[in-house]
Amino acid sequence: MRQLFATLLALLSLAVPLAAQDSLPPAPYAYQQLDDPAQEARAQALMETLRCLKCQSQSIADSDAPMAGDMRHQVRTRIAAGEEPEAIRAWLVERYGDYVSYAPTVSETTWPLFAVPLLIVLVAMLLLWRRMGRRKEKAA
Amino acid sequence: MNRWWLFVPLGIFALFVGLAAYQLTQPKDDFVHSEMIGKKLPQFDLRAATGGKPGTSTADFTDGKPKLLNIWASWCIPCISEAPQLERLQASGVEIVGIAIRDRPEDVERFLASYGNPYSKIGADDLSEVQLELGSSGVPETFVIDGQGTIVYQHIGDIRASDVPMLMEKLQEAAQ
Amino acid sequence: MIAELGLAALWLATALAVLQLVGGILAVRGQGELASLVRPTAIAQGALAGLSFLLLIWLFLVTDLSVKLVAANSHSAKPWIFKLAGAWGNHEGSMLLWVTVMALAGALIALIERRLPEKTLLATLAGQAFVGIGFYAFILFSSNPFERLPTPALEGNGLNPLLQDIGLAFHPPTLYFGYVGLSVAFSFAVGALLTRQVTPDFARAMRPWVLGAWIFLTLGITAGSYWAYYELGWGGWWFWDPVENASLMPWLAATALLHSVSVLAARDALRTWTIMLGVIAFSMSMLGTFLVRSGVLTSVHAFAVDPERGSFILILLAIYIGGALTLFGLRASSISEGERFSVTSREGALVFNNVMLSAILGIVLLGTLYPLLTEAFDVRVSVGPPYFNPAGAIFTIPMLLVMAVGPLLRWRQDSFARIRLPLVLIAVIMLAALALVVILGAYSLLADLGLAIAIGIAIASFLPLRGRNLLRVPLATWGMVIAHFGIAVALFGMASESAFSEEKLAAVNIGESTQVGPWKVQLESVTPVAGPNWTALEGTLQASYDGGEPVELHPQARNFWAPPQETTESQLATRWNGQLYAVIGNEAGQGRWQLRLWWKPFVTFIWYGGLLIALGGLLSLVGRVMSDLKRRQVVRRRQLLEAEAVA
Repeated sequence: MRQLFATLLALLSLAVPLAAQDSLPPAPYAYQQLDDPAQEARAQALMETLRCLKCQSQSIADSDAPMAGDMRHQVRTRIAAGEEPEAIRAWLVERYGDYVSYAPTVSETTWPLFAVPLLIVLVAMLLLWRRMGRRKEKAA
Repeated sequence: MNRWWLFVPLGIFALFVGLAAYQLTQPKDDFVHSEMIGKKLPQFDLRAATGGKPGTSTADFTDGKPKLLNIWASWCIPCISEAPQLERLQASGVEIVGIAIRDRPEDVERFLASYGNPYSKIGADDLSEVQLELGSSGVPETFVIDGQGTIVYQHIGDIRASDVPMLMEKLQEAAQ
Repeated sequence: MIAELGLAALWLATALAVLQLVGGILAVRGQGELASLVRPTAIAQGALAGLSFLLLIWLFLVTDLSVKLVAANSHSAKPWIFKLAGAWGNHEGSMLLWVTVMALAGALIALIERRLPEKTLLATLAGQAFVGIGFYAFILFSSNPFERLPTPALEGNGLNPLLQDIGLAFHPPTLYFGYVGLSVAFSFAVGALLTRQVTPDFARAMRPWVLGAWIFLTLGITAGSYWAYYELGWGGWWFWDPVENASLMPWLAATALLHSVSVLAARDALRTWTIMLGVIAFSMSMLGTFLVRSGVLTSVHAFAVDPERGSFILILLAIYIGGALTLFGLRASSISEGERFSVTSREGALVFNNVMLSAILGIVLLGTLYPLLTEAFDVRVSVGPPYFNPAGAIFTIPMLLVMAVGPLLRWRQDSFARIRLPLVLIAVIMLAALALVVILGAYSLLADLGLAIAIGIAIASFLPLRGRNLLRVPLATWGMVIAHFGIAVALFGMASESAFSEEKLAAVNIGESTQVGPWKVQLESVTPVAGPNWTALEGTLQASYDGGEPVELHPQARNFWAPPQETTESQLATRWNGQLYAVIGNEAGQGRWQLRLWWKPFVTFIWYGGLLIALGGLLSLVGRVMSDLKRRQVVRRRQLLEAEAVA
């Protein structure tokens, strides 16, 4: 009984992390930079804002997952082929939805993200004005 | 209440608690669903991943007959558990096209020899290019494609025995 | 036996907390029968909770595998320090640590606090007990750390390898001390709401707790960020990940609270605002705990996710914060407004920055929770750096500018004309710095502004000392100067890292070398090595800065076997002006190895800055406590004299 429990425990702990071992070497541009530093900088900036789909919450620029490597390869080869970073982002969003991009754009679902900061600015101004604006006149 | 705004923080907090409570009762859906449902298959042309089956391209999906497009890999453990279901589907006359992600021919060979080969064609997607084109985010995933090459359904994760009738139904709907 | 003893101590502490709550409530309502019991009860409760936690640590140190928690989180082959850390490196243990620190804090208040009106003090202790009971219940009913296994395990499961790191072993407790300190501030706020006594004395009693909490939060975030930097293996130090945000939000609230409580203590202004922040700060701590534990948001740092525990924490959150906010809505209008002040005054600057901090808090909160909101409508979105950085900067930049000037202003009323000279000086320095970084070739707007503002604040932070005898400047003022200087240092590091970092990914053969920034890095060898519970491939690198003496680096790719997991162990070469960050990856074919190298100029300033901020807080805390003790002595002497005079 004791043995059984220990074996079970060992099996359980083994099963999960070993699940996804893939056998191919990483894609050519997964761990290789573009020769043109300007292009690489653009690719890097874009990769930092794309979400790794296999990871919990990391950008593809910060992940060792093979799929993140394949996505980096896509981004770098497309940038090298002269594609605009925003076009690549749009291409991915068309396939995976807004989830894949860390940079929300104003849309039906995301407008509050941009409206609330504006609202906060207004409320902050109002608060400060109420708190101090009138006093100033009195003081002066 | 002459100073109603003193209750604004409470209101915001109540909204949060409501939202969090609702989300806790919802089953957590960690899957990233493809946005390609209802759209045409992207253009691709993949070499054979072997197993004695030819490679596959977009043109294979426009012969008027609905098919399953199964994204899998020999290194993927849930793919082993869905293999019998794929065999069952094939036995009831469904054509299954496979795409092997990041795989070596010898590993593909070994996997198919051990767990069965229900595929009519198997393409090799070494850089996950087609997977990205499809909006698929993992293995295994199964797409239902109608006879004109339109993606009509995406099943994420391994196919359980209970999923088989549902997939058959999706295929029949696609045939109409 | 030990485990049963621990559990018994915990039950007893719970019972005492109930007694403390009842006694406190009766006292507030004017029935003082149990009032004299409240202080001793709080002290005993603290002692029992402390005992219970010590017993848990004991169980981990001896690796008692008949205890479920030990079997699930420890391993006999683990170094002792990680066995120790294993006690709180899991959900149950960390909750016990939380409640222990909270009970000890309550005991400390009961022991030393003599300034507050007795009623407010008892109300505060009742509040503390009320919060404590919830956590005791949580532990006893859903997360019992002392639960036994029906049959002892043969071997433990091990600790998550990512957590087997000295920095991370002490990172969670640090944050917890911060969270719990804020729970004291919360109890004070609730106590004051109950008795309607919001006075400068109240603020002075609350301030050390806020300062202490703030110091721990600062240290916790600094350590956490450094851990993420060298452990995750990609050179990033802040990801705007939900768990990171969960630790940042209480810090933002505590920073605002710290400054508003100072205004209340010095000038008797901002009464309701301070109470409000006291409630908000603790609610952010609990919210953070909820987000981390419940798994409603996905995070790279989520280790102990369980929806059931999530519901429990949510219920506690709803009771405590909902209750406090309701009380606030009902009572706040009866707390009279404090002293008035003009816009150009120390208070004016502090209020402005309080509003800015709250706005930043609002943005972080919104960005963190937004994905949760859209998921309710089956839409998944991601909110990341491209949102937080600019949206935060809108408020951070004005805040930093006001922070540079504020300490130069006098309390109550002042004019800019009086401080024209320093103002012009700061402005000129910032503009010159901006021009310089643009000439140096950094073209990122936020990074450039960050560098310029950092240099401006670095100078401005010392201006409050000008014309004063440095030996006679109060310790608390030194604390402020150093903390503000720390902000400048940290900001400089962040902006420099973002503007000037260089990255090199290379596949090199043994003996080959590659260049990143001013560094030449040569791969000498790759050899297998083994540790107590892992094996690894270790690269030996020779790195030389600008042709200088080479430094040897040993990055590893580790395979842990209990539990199995792969990690990369980066290695850093630190210079005064930055760090070389080296990671060894997979074999890249033809005998080549994948190297990831970064040269990050001044990146270390981020954490030095964090430490300076904490040091500033510490100086301030020591200064305040010392002057309080002195004042207490004076008061006592006077009382003695008066007593003698009467006699």
